[in-house]
Amino acid sequence: MMKFALAGNPNCGKTTLFNLLTGSTAYVGNWPGVTVDKREGTYKRGEEPVKIVDLPGIYSLSPYTPEEVISRNFILDEKPACVINIVDATNLERNLYLTTQLMEIDVPIVIALNMMDTVERSGDELDAKELEKKIGVPVVAISALRGTGIKELMDRAISTAKEPRGGVSILHDSPLAHLVRDVTIALKGAKVDAPLFHAVKLAEMDEIEVKMHPELVKMVDEFKATFEDDTFGSDLEAVVADARYKYIAANYSSAYKKGNESGEKLSRSDRADKILTHKVWGIPIFIVILFAIFHLTFAEDLFYIGGFAKLAGTPLPTLKELGLNTENVGVQLLACFYDGAVFSPGVILQNIMGWLTGLVGMGLDAACAGAPAWVGGLIVSGVWEGLAAVMSFIPQILVLFMFFSILEDSGYMARIAFIMDRIFRRFGLSGRAFMPMIMGFGCSIPAMINTRTLADDNERTSTVRVIPFFSCGAKLPILTAIAGGILGAADAPLVELIVLAMYLLGIIVALSTVILMRATTMRGEVPPFIMELPPYHRPLFKGLMIHLWDKLKHFVKKAFTIILASTIVIWFLSHFSWDWRYLADEQMDISILASIGKLIQPIFTPLGFGSQLGRAAGWVFAVAAITGLIAKENVIATFSTLAACLVAGFEATEEGVSEVITLMGQTGITIPALLAFIAFNMLTIPCFAACATARAELPKGKFKWTLLFWVATSYFVSAAIYLIGSWWWTLFPILAVVAAGITGIVFWNKKHPVKKNEVPMSEGAPLEEAAISSDDKENKL
Amino acid sequence: MVKQKLLSEFSIGEKGVVKTVSGEGRLRRRLFDMGVTPGAEILLRKKAPLGDPLEVTIRGYELTLRKTEAELVTMEVKK
Repeated sequence: MMKFALAGNPNCGKTTLFNLLTGSTAYVGNWPGVTVDKREGTYKRGEEPVKIVDLPGIYSLSPYTPEEVISRNFILDEKPACVINIVDATNLERNLYLTTQLMEIDVPIVIALNMMDTVERSGDELDAKELEKKIGVPVVAISALRGTGIKELMDRAISTAKEPRGGVSILHDSPLAHLVRDVTIALKGAKVDAPLFHAVKLAEMDEIEVKMHPELVKMVDEFKATFEDDTFGSDLEAVVADARYKYIAANYSSAYKKGNESGEKLSRSDRADKILTHKVWGIPIFIVILFAIFHLTFAEDLFYIGGFAKLAGTPLPTLKELGLNTENVGVQLLACFYDGAVFSPGVILQNIMGWLTGLVGMGLDAACAGAPAWVGGLIVSGVWEGLAAVMSFIPQILVLFMFFSILEDSGYMARIAFIMDRIFRRFGLSGRAFMPMIMGFGCSIPAMINTRTLADDNERTSTVRVIPFFSCGAKLPILTAIAGGILGAADAPLVELIVLAMYLLGIIVALSTVILMRATTMRGEVPPFIMELPPYHRPLFKGLMIHLWDKLKHFVKKAFTIILASTIVIWFLSHFSWDWRYLADEQMDISILASIGKLIQPIFTPLGFGSQLGRAAGWVFAVAAITGLIAKENVIATFSTLAACLVAGFEATEEGVSEVITLMGQTGITIPALLAFIAFNMLTIPCFAACATARAELPKGKFKWTLLFWVATSYFVSAAIYLIGSWWWTLFPILAVVAAGITGIVFWNKKHPVKKNEVPMSEGAPLEEAAISSDDKENKL
Repeated sequence: MVKQKLLSEFSIGEKGVVKTVSGEGRLRRRLFDMGVTPGAEILLRKKAPLGDPLEVTIRGYELTLRKTEAELVTMEVKK
């Protein structure tokens, strides 16, 4: 099958085109060795099927970010039959800058001139035919949004792919033409593929190229000695970049004709931007948006209607108070939307899911009536209740993820980075680190992958390490269940408030530990912040759904494999004794799990859920904390299984609130200890899937220290919460220890200042590997 | 006489042409890749709510960069 690659700038509509071309055949994986999204699919509407590979969005083929290295190596090493270069017609100059680099590689190219509809709507004109004549490769006007021009694009790409194309450089009439020609000849002599591309990169003294062809560096140096440009001196890198832009302006920009010269008129995007990044209102608006997202996802009292009604003296009645029969199926469904308060969309979906899983559970119960005790136990309390607990929070994860996708797709996320940069710089990070962190609220895995947009190694390592502190969707049930439990047992403030406070705690711990790392192990200068602010646009519904579907698939797969397996293991450990005897629920005390729990229980004593809870049932928290390492979803699933074991006739609930209340009654755990338990689970080692991602993202040798960092941070913070919550005066000794630590670090740093070049913007491990692997290939040739 | 100053010293609404780009290594390379090359026209559009970073219009799109990075860009002020 022929293989085509899609290449282009970020925000040029590449993903939309990819979805359009591949439809349901697309699948997302990772690039070998690194974890940047590798999206592949098949185009089936032509004469023959074509495999489409979506390369990461890039501005240039210089090795500034791992994405650029991946795209470069893919085109050079995998030799796609054709490269479809997507060019945003509304931003021609900068998009064609990448085109001039792609053109230097010996590969067939077709240019897809995207967003032509926007150009036409603004009254401007862009002549695709003229552009094609000037550039020398096919140019097809398309609109990925409207789906126009796609058939023509693919037809031309398929016919273009049949003819090999030699590289062409726009440097042919620049002062560097001689150097490039000589180096090209030398590389051709050494039988290197795409000699022109390598020659130009060598002339720029590109890091990867210099490593690959050290023998040719002399040629460049010799030329440099004799070369003197009026503006740039002997700075060839500047000469090349300048020549590219000059050439584009002189030759290609003429194809673009502005319609009305009153181009200064404010576009809709500009007007939106005026408000959203306003000097005074920018930050408050951002906070309100963030709050609204969380409110719509998690609130049990939408817009506080119930609360206001109560204040006004006419509290909203519950369904029971209205005299409705809560055993009735219809009434139960109604209770998913309203029961004494209107629920938020996220909660409504969660309730419906819980209601459905409850019905299935009852059916299973009836079906297992005649089977042996252990079979019914395994199916209902082992398998189904564990699964139901996991499925119950799929809705809220999806709703939260949808909101973040909308922010991302609309272009607002980039503005958040713009607004937040000044604040983040204090922590030694760029505003761009904010995006992966905020994505961490949805799921740590895509968030960690997203750190690839950070160019600095130390910044990336610090960010990956703190991402789990931004409590992900799977940790939310721990928060809501325990907060609900606390609320049910004592006259505590609203569940939402506890949840919000815990989220804030995560953020505070993340930022403090970033400062700590940047002051100790991850010292270095603040990384640069140079990025595009894409125009705002309405997110595409279809793209959004594809995105959510990907998430859902991933999550369900995880639920039915790793989580299901571990739920069964826990059920087994808790229902069998060391002498392989099946135990009834009330015989928990002699199970294998109980003895493991009792063994590790003392470790958690300073955190409030250790030895002080007694030996009868106090070990459940220790066990839940451990099973949480497999996947955070397990914590409440474990509660469910264990509560069913501890209390006869216990009914599992979808939110796990009654589980917590039951366990509180059984163990006598205090509220500060419950809060410490939440904090521990939030800050400790994340789930296995996230660990695997972190391991792939972090530079070599950093992962084991990262694990230690997670354990140490979670243990210290939750111990502090428990101690201060139980005995307020412990605040002073704890503060003293923190102050002593800070003083020590400041003092040490004064004595050992960062050397200017000690921590350069070094390339990451994957980059080194990429360079080496292509090196090996060259040697073999 | 043409007035020269650093991009970081521009005020909102001020326009100019890039004269030189100093700095070194990847930082400079990135500026080039994003179109900040001598001869490019830059308009300072706005500053972030906390005064930094800056948002500029260059080659028909919006680019954001910090003041410290804008200090590397010498501009020729346009009336």
